[in-house]
Amino acid sequence: MIENQWIRVSPTSHIPPREGRVVHLAEHEIAIFHLGDRFLAVQNRCPHKGGPLSDGIVAGDSIVCPLHAWKVHLESGQIQRPGGQVQCVERYPVRVQHGVIEVQLAVIAAEVTCGGAAA
Amino acid sequence: MKKLVVVGNGMAGMACLEHVLAYGREFDVTVFGDETHVNYNRVLLSSVLAGEKPSDSIVLNPLEWYQRHDIALRLGTRVVDVDPQAQVVHGEDGSVASYDVLLLATGSSAWMPPIAGLDLDGVFAFRTLDDTRALLDRAGAGTKAVVIGGGLLGLEAARGLQVQGCDVTVVHLAQTLMERQLDPTGGSYLTSKMDALGVRVLLGRSTSAILGEGHVERVLFADGSHVDADLVVVAAGIRPNVELGRRAGLDINRAIVVNDHMETSRPDVFAVGECVEHRGVCYGLIAPLIEQAKVLAATMTGRKGPVYTGSIQAAKLKIMGVDVFSAGEWAEEASLDIVRYEDPGLGVYKKLALRDGRLAGMILVGDTDDNHRYMDWLRTGEDLSAQRRQLLFPGPLSDVGLDVAEMADTATVCGCLGVTKGTIIGAIHERGVNTLSQLKECTRASTSCGSCTKLCQDLLRAVAPAFEEEAKRVMCGCLPFAEDQLREMLRTQQIRAVQDVLDIYGNGLGCETCKPALSYMLDMLWCGDHDEDRSARYINDRVHANIQNDGTFSVIPRMRGGVTTPDELRKIADVADKYHVRMVKVTGSQRIDLLGVKKADLPQVWADLGMPSGQAYAKGVRMVKTCVGTEFCRFGTQDSTAAGIEMERRFEQLFTPHKVKMATVGCPRNCAEATVKDIGLIGQEGGWQVVVGGAAGKSVRKADLLTTVETTEEALRASELFFQYYRENGNYLERTYDFVERLGIEKIRKETVYAPQALHEALLSRLRKSKDRARDPWQEGREPVNATQFIPLRPIDEVRA
Repeated sequence: MIENQWIRVSPTSHIPPREGRVVHLAEHEIAIFHLGDRFLAVQNRCPHKGGPLSDGIVAGDSIVCPLHAWKVHLESGQIQRPGGQVQCVERYPVRVQHGVIEVQLAVIAAEVTCGGAAA
Repeated sequence: MKKLVVVGNGMAGMACLEHVLAYGREFDVTVFGDETHVNYNRVLLSSVLAGEKPSDSIVLNPLEWYQRHDIALRLGTRVVDVDPQAQVVHGEDGSVASYDVLLLATGSSAWMPPIAGLDLDGVFAFRTLDDTRALLDRAGAGTKAVVIGGGLLGLEAARGLQVQGCDVTVVHLAQTLMERQLDPTGGSYLTSKMDALGVRVLLGRSTSAILGEGHVERVLFADGSHVDADLVVVAAGIRPNVELGRRAGLDINRAIVVNDHMETSRPDVFAVGECVEHRGVCYGLIAPLIEQAKVLAATMTGRKGPVYTGSIQAAKLKIMGVDVFSAGEWAEEASLDIVRYEDPGLGVYKKLALRDGRLAGMILVGDTDDNHRYMDWLRTGEDLSAQRRQLLFPGPLSDVGLDVAEMADTATVCGCLGVTKGTIIGAIHERGVNTLSQLKECTRASTSCGSCTKLCQDLLRAVAPAFEEEAKRVMCGCLPFAEDQLREMLRTQQIRAVQDVLDIYGNGLGCETCKPALSYMLDMLWCGDHDEDRSARYINDRVHANIQNDGTFSVIPRMRGGVTTPDELRKIADVADKYHVRMVKVTGSQRIDLLGVKKADLPQVWADLGMPSGQAYAKGVRMVKTCVGTEFCRFGTQDSTAAGIEMERRFEQLFTPHKVKMATVGCPRNCAEATVKDIGLIGQEGGWQVVVGGAAGKSVRKADLLTTVETTEEALRASELFFQYYRENGNYLERTYDFVERLGIEKIRKETVYAPQALHEALLSRLRKSKDRARDPWQEGREPVNATQFIPLRPIDEVRA
């Protein structure tokens, strides 16, 4: 199953600290972020108007969409701003092996908390 | 009614008089002041010199206060003699005033060392508002200033002069700066901080003479060396003014001797402030003098009872970004246990001295946040043995209210004016205080040095039912400082990277508000010589194009003054075809916009165009819109097209707080709409009008006239002055129309076109420096800052859908 495979994407050096980059894998368009001490990956589409999250500004462990400044928590996928949003962005498992970023194409199941108040 | 004569119109004398008046109308009061000003806050003179406060904002008792209390005020009159038998004082002007009660509040004067040349033009003391104004008059870019004396006052004077543009050298006799407040280690931390600010410090130098022909030229030292000087400030110490006390027949040691009731050796003569000596100590800082004033007011009005038993001496250096606090005993001696913490990298030095488990004194350099907690320990003499391990590192506080909640009601919040927590809580509950300004008005807390402002706010926040944050806008939650304060902090601390600012002053993370703002600020402050961090920039400034609603970008090449060529138009047409550009549009700025370009195509699009970036995406210089002017137009009076092209060349590629759009028109018909631009040049017969702060966007505002000049070069020069002034003083995302309204066009004129030549040069030289470092951002198409600046990651493993 392709979902269980770790897919090698890119050397870590290709994403500067506190920036994001997009990668196209099969039908998935994934934004990967370098948060200084770790990498996180989510769908590259803001639930609001489809803005490219990889082009946003990293604020701690959140990303701010470049189009209308919606703020997405990268760990949980929850929308932190505006408040009261029920939808989440999809998250992908990421790891670093020998200096290479790897992702799985299995979308992480939304947590029960998702859909509640912002974190 | 008894007659009270007060000699001295300064802070201590007037504080005492305020307390006397609070008891009721018991005296006919006459006040003599040798200065020509009403009572002002002398503590803030260094802030005035540093340009942080206007000189009229430091008045403590305005003229109406004297009138309201029927005080006969004799300004500019020095009292030269007292006849204690006849109970009269004699003014320098021959006036005579009789008294039943005399209050001497004569303060102190700058001590002048016995050296030659003190009478030369350009030698100043730094004690009075007049001294400060004279220094402000003389200080300017490139002026060589020497400050003799590296104590509190000398260092604050040095910093103030340096902010005014002077090259400043501090000359100090001892081997340690502020040696009465700091040990040698603390002194060396302070020396490096002053060095980092750009103030040269010479230690262990004894000044032997000031030399010059009529005016100051150099300062000579005992070892034969010298430094050149245009300006000398003598801040070598103060001496109490005791001459009148002596004439009144009072007991005098170093100063007028007073007892715990603040009585002198005569029943009808009192003294307060820097001119008195209490239990062998003369105080030179404001807090103890205010305590003395309170006690004396009771004694003077026949309510003898309260006593003054002396104060703990505490000193705080008022230089923004250089935090120094010292109090009590700290010298390394056998009876004291020393607890010390140092971080040379951060410039933090803390030293606490304990005697028998109780705090005896402290030195704090680089981080003085905890001084209130320590001062409380010092005042109460609390036994600290149980918390010995946490003296310098208290556990993290679980909520903001906790720290203030733990303070005793008797604990002092405002050390300068002796306001306790209990007084503040009382004001909040009984007098309905809800804001910091109301609290200042009501209790005077935080009106002197301002170091307790945060504490006052915490108290208000915790206790006041309807606390309102003051209007002062801070950057954001990550970085709770106002922008003007941040600019000063970054400049003085020489910080060049956004992440460093966030790590040192903020929450270490940052957000979409503060990161682009800091990026701008650092680029401006260091004239482009900062550590550029693209992660802190908005996407438009990472890929040099304007993101559109579908994630594609728009490309607008520079077309100076709206003038193009058939060649350029052909290239634009070819590019539009080759990259299937969705729309080609003529903009309102006389340029051509290619809409719908993919990010990955940007470098090749730029290369094919072969034109520089129009930066239509940046908070920076956009363009200069022009009309055809004298070249073609039958009404033209000026060559507005050439002027506009030259203007665009001078400003292009520079960043600004918000976008800057400009226009030049050849006559008042205003075809290129110069009156609604950030900067506009309006041609007229024989000259130009330079207008600023116009807008025709979210706001519509007619620009204000900055100046009228004769030549195009003068018009461009005036534009440059305003442009750089806006860059340096505008808040991020503040358009010129808000900026001009906030500051007022009068102030802007005064500080740009009407400013002294030296200030022009300083603004222009910083503008040139920035311009020299600026470059066409589209060059990055050929040399990306990193391999993936414009392109998606190319996966190593292949995945088939």
